[in-house]
Amino acid sequence: MTKVLTDTRSIRIKGRSFLALVLSPEPPLDAWLTRLDDLASRSAGFFLGRPVVLDVADLEIDRAELKKLIDELGKRNVRIMGIEGGRPSLFEPGMPPAMKGGRPAPDIEIPDGPSIEPVGTASPKATAPDVSAEPQAARGMSSIVIREPVRSGQSVIFPEGDVTVVGSVASGAEIIAGGSVHVYGTLRGRALAGSVGNASARIFCRRLEAELLAIDGVYKTAEDMAPNLRGQAVQLWLEGDSIMAERLN
Amino acid sequence: MAKVIVVTSGKGGVGKTTSTAALGAALAQRNEKTVVVDFDVGLRNLDLVMGAERRVVYDIVNVIQGDAKLPQALIRDKRLDTLFLLPASQTRDKDSLTPEGVEKVMTELKKHFDWIICDSPAGIERGATLAMRHADIAVIVTNPEVSSVRDSDRIIGLLDAKTERAERGERVEKHLLLTRYDQARAERGDMLKVDDVLEILSIPLVGIVPESTDVLKASNLGAPVTLADNRSAPALAYLDAARRIAGETVPMTIPGERRGLLGKLFGRRAA
Repeated sequence: MTKVLTDTRSIRIKGRSFLALVLSPEPPLDAWLTRLDDLASRSAGFFLGRPVVLDVADLEIDRAELKKLIDELGKRNVRIMGIEGGRPSLFEPGMPPAMKGGRPAPDIEIPDGPSIEPVGTASPKATAPDVSAEPQAARGMSSIVIREPVRSGQSVIFPEGDVTVVGSVASGAEIIAGGSVHVYGTLRGRALAGSVGNASARIFCRRLEAELLAIDGVYKTAEDMAPNLRGQAVQLWLEGDSIMAERLN
Repeated sequence: MAKVIVVTSGKGGVGKTTSTAALGAALAQRNEKTVVVDFDVGLRNLDLVMGAERRVVYDIVNVIQGDAKLPQALIRDKRLDTLFLLPASQTRDKDSLTPEGVEKVMTELKKHFDWIICDSPAGIERGATLAMRHADIAVIVTNPEVSSVRDSDRIIGLLDAKTERAERGERVEKHLLLTRYDQARAERGDMLKVDDVLEILSIPLVGIVPESTDVLKASNLGAPVTLADNRSAPALAYLDAARRIAGETVPMTIPGERRGLLGKLFGRRAA
């Protein structure tokens, strides 16, 4: 029997980023676990409901020891969502997955006294070491400018905001932006705007020859695009679940 | 000061080896000491195109592994005494090329030659990345068709990322060499036009080599196109390209175009 596709709506796939706590155990592990217990006794539920990543890059550890460490953390109600910096040989089925490509974030403040925040609604207080208002303000409107063509096989990934390319985006290249994508040239490759769940992101290009366009997980391939938009200066945005487009000139 | 040129394309069969031999002979004819280096270990061809296949004793892998000294492996051309070949090994594979070994060979070649032309294998793997590693100048050989153009674009991206110059924060000088160009077919729309290719790749054009039976004839004779018949259309295109690489200003012509478009095409340099 063959499966019949009755609902032809495409599956919506989005990216989302969470601020994970990263634990970097230091040898000897017993002593480190004791310190962790001490922290937990001062702020109960600190790890509850938060994504925790185990960083083992600087740790000389084998598979059995890693397994034991994960068990020990489990006993303390610390659930590991992924392991960073581990050699492939460290992993076995059933372990949290290997993670890479993490970007550093400011240190997370550990509450000193007994926790008074109700568990579950605790929001991680991210405070930069040298507190200034600027980084906070910049976060909402961050952007990068690329001053040369984006070549086939290259991908520009910028979840923090807008990407502007002064040049063309080649066939087989991709731009993935948390915000809008602006291409002052021909867009021949892929452009994915609003990749971390931003429905108000837009795509602008001087000349549309794209292979694939996506805004907030809704995508359109070259085949689905109106032929009269090809080769034109175009902007695209999202209305509900469909990508709208209009010529710019 | 020695200049290292890599002749590369990503895609196979577009004319890298033919172009390496032709440009090598053209530069050597300017009385500048030139060596062409075959990086296609396992699938060597440059020795055939240079007509030196029966004189190969040692190759680049022997030099890297210390079985032979560099002067023992270099083959002097019988027609031009400023032109040399460093052949590849046919019995090994690309893993015999090590980054340290290639660096050692290049450093030594730079002491003795004005031009070092590296014939890159197709693809974007070890052989190709090692061939481009030390380049000052890249000649990107492209045919006027979409797959070749996209592969060239990929290679240009790698030249900006994986070469020594890129790692030092400098740029590799890049030149587009359009080969197998047929003006009549481009006008009919069977082929990409020169401007289409330039618009996509946005690097300066160094020459347009016409599709010609002279190229295959020269290959089979074992002579670089520029030596086999230096009056043929492809030979003239390669000779002009070599002059441009050497820094001369030569007006660009599209082979097969009847009208005098010298003025229009001169200075056709994309971003």
